[in-house]
Amino acid sequence: MKRGAVNPAPVDMAVKIGKMHLQNPIILASGTFGYGREYEDFIDISNIGALVVKGTTLEKRNGNPPPRIVETPAGMLNAIGLENPGIEVFLNEHLPYLRERGVAVIANIAGNTVEEYAAIASLIERQTGIVGIELNISCPNVKKGGLQFGTDPEMVYQVVDAVKGETSLPVIPKLSPNVTDIVEIAKAAEAGGADALSMINTLMGMAVDIEKRKPVLGNIFGGLSGPAIKPVALRMVYQVYREVNLPIIGGGGIMNYIDALEFIMVGATAVSIGTANFISPCIARDILEDLKGYLRQHKLGSIRELVGAAVQE
Amino acid sequence: MPFLENGLVVGHTRVSEDIYELEFITPRIASECHPGQFVHIRPSLSSYHPLLRRPLSLYDVDKRLGSITVLYKVVGKGTHLLTRVRTKDYVDVMGPLGRGFTLPGTHKNVLLVGGGVGIAPLVYLARVLREEKCKVQVLHGTENQKQMVAFDKLRQIGVEFMPATADGSAGFKGLVTDLLYKKIDPAEIDFIYACGPEPMMELVAAFADQHGIPGEVSLEEHMACGVGACLGCARKLKAEDEEYVKVCKDGPVFSMDKVKLYKKINGR
Repeated sequence: MKRGAVNPAPVDMAVKIGKMHLQNPIILASGTFGYGREYEDFIDISNIGALVVKGTTLEKRNGNPPPRIVETPAGMLNAIGLENPGIEVFLNEHLPYLRERGVAVIANIAGNTVEEYAAIASLIERQTGIVGIELNISCPNVKKGGLQFGTDPEMVYQVVDAVKGETSLPVIPKLSPNVTDIVEIAKAAEAGGADALSMINTLMGMAVDIEKRKPVLGNIFGGLSGPAIKPVALRMVYQVYREVNLPIIGGGGIMNYIDALEFIMVGATAVSIGTANFISPCIARDILEDLKGYLRQHKLGSIRELVGAAVQE
Repeated sequence: MPFLENGLVVGHTRVSEDIYELEFITPRIASECHPGQFVHIRPSLSSYHPLLRRPLSLYDVDKRLGSITVLYKVVGKGTHLLTRVRTKDYVDVMGPLGRGFTLPGTHKNVLLVGGGVGIAPLVYLARVLREEKCKVQVLHGTENQKQMVAFDKLRQIGVEFMPATADGSAGFKGLVTDLLYKKIDPAEIDFIYACGPEPMMELVAAFADQHGIPGEVSLEEHMACGVGACLGCARKLKAEDEEYVKVCKDGPVFSMDKVKLYKKINGR
């Protein structure tokens, strides 16, 4: 698609997700864009809808032993292990930088217990610059024998409900695809008071080194991302859009504006760009411009007209 | 600062059985290059397999022409795809990235030890060291004479070159580290740089430590983003460390005395 045409017709890219008003539907996914600073030489993030920062826990975490990543066909596995400096360092050292840039920040939080999620949420509540909280519920619940929060509807309900009790910010659980019925989980999040849903997180997988006869990743299992997971992600967004009345931030393997449109047409109000950032640091800007081009080409006034356009009755 | 630039390929040569030299024009990136840094290259613009960029050391840089040359060995799908790039094609290049070598100052006696294609970053380093009026000795170890691919460039740069081959087809017969321990007088060396397999660098670092010579090594790790965002290329510098450094951002160059190198290939 042609970019940078002379005096292009204005198109309305603004979207609303719960109480969040974003200038456009492009969201940089957690864990793929650090705290924004890492990419400052390549892209002006103030033009992007929102940045979801690296998953943050109450205390600092050092992460998993290497190897932490491995490439697989049309994708990659990662097992970073939530390495992050802890919520205090994020608020004191990284948030001021992002505030200066004028980008809408969505905090991504993770914990080992419901209480930890609630505690981080209450610390974030008092901060300007943060427009929403994304809940990483693909974490083991230490009080429930390490079962992931995101795989049990009751635990999803509890963690969303607890965080809602601590904050007036929109709360957006990021759903794990590693479940039998994604709709059941989405409904539990809705019942807990979620303002929107983010989906999908990575698909659990692994790779084997046949010379060493060992799993490649230090953590054995890792999360699959990239174009390989797009069909699964689209299917899940479609299913949830039909059954749950919450705005959806959709993503999984988006590499270009066509992929982004597919997610919007199955019901995503906004799209998250993840792994593609590693390949092309300006990809979010390019996708945004190409989406505008699509709207002009099809004489559409607003990106919102396309949300759910491909969903069948 | 780093840039994203489309580089016009002006040269792509198979210099040995599975070793290639690729030269492209990226004036903005070239103007910022420092020895030891790397460029992150997409092996193919259209393929999703492999998906990620490939980090390649700066083998040579011509700031006047705005060109960068990388040296790579075909080891997997990504480098195999890269071999298909032709002159007049464009390659998608990100860089320069990472923390490069520390220069020791002018008129120093410097020793560079390279193993295999690990010679690559040492060649551009040798060029800059010569500009700094340093006396540069280069030891390069390979399997055989055919793999001694940097010889012409190093001769043109003006270094004292000592090859070591496993089969004895060029120079010293044996390991480059044996050559180092047998032939190099540590009293004449102010600074050592090494790049190659870790067991080789481990022996070079031991030599440096034994004689109190400061030095640096360049490490390798699988990377995704190359800018410190994905936290994929994590490594503990010493076994007892709690925190991981990121090879892409904190390195790839590290001081020899700060890192515990592996004695075995992929020593984990």
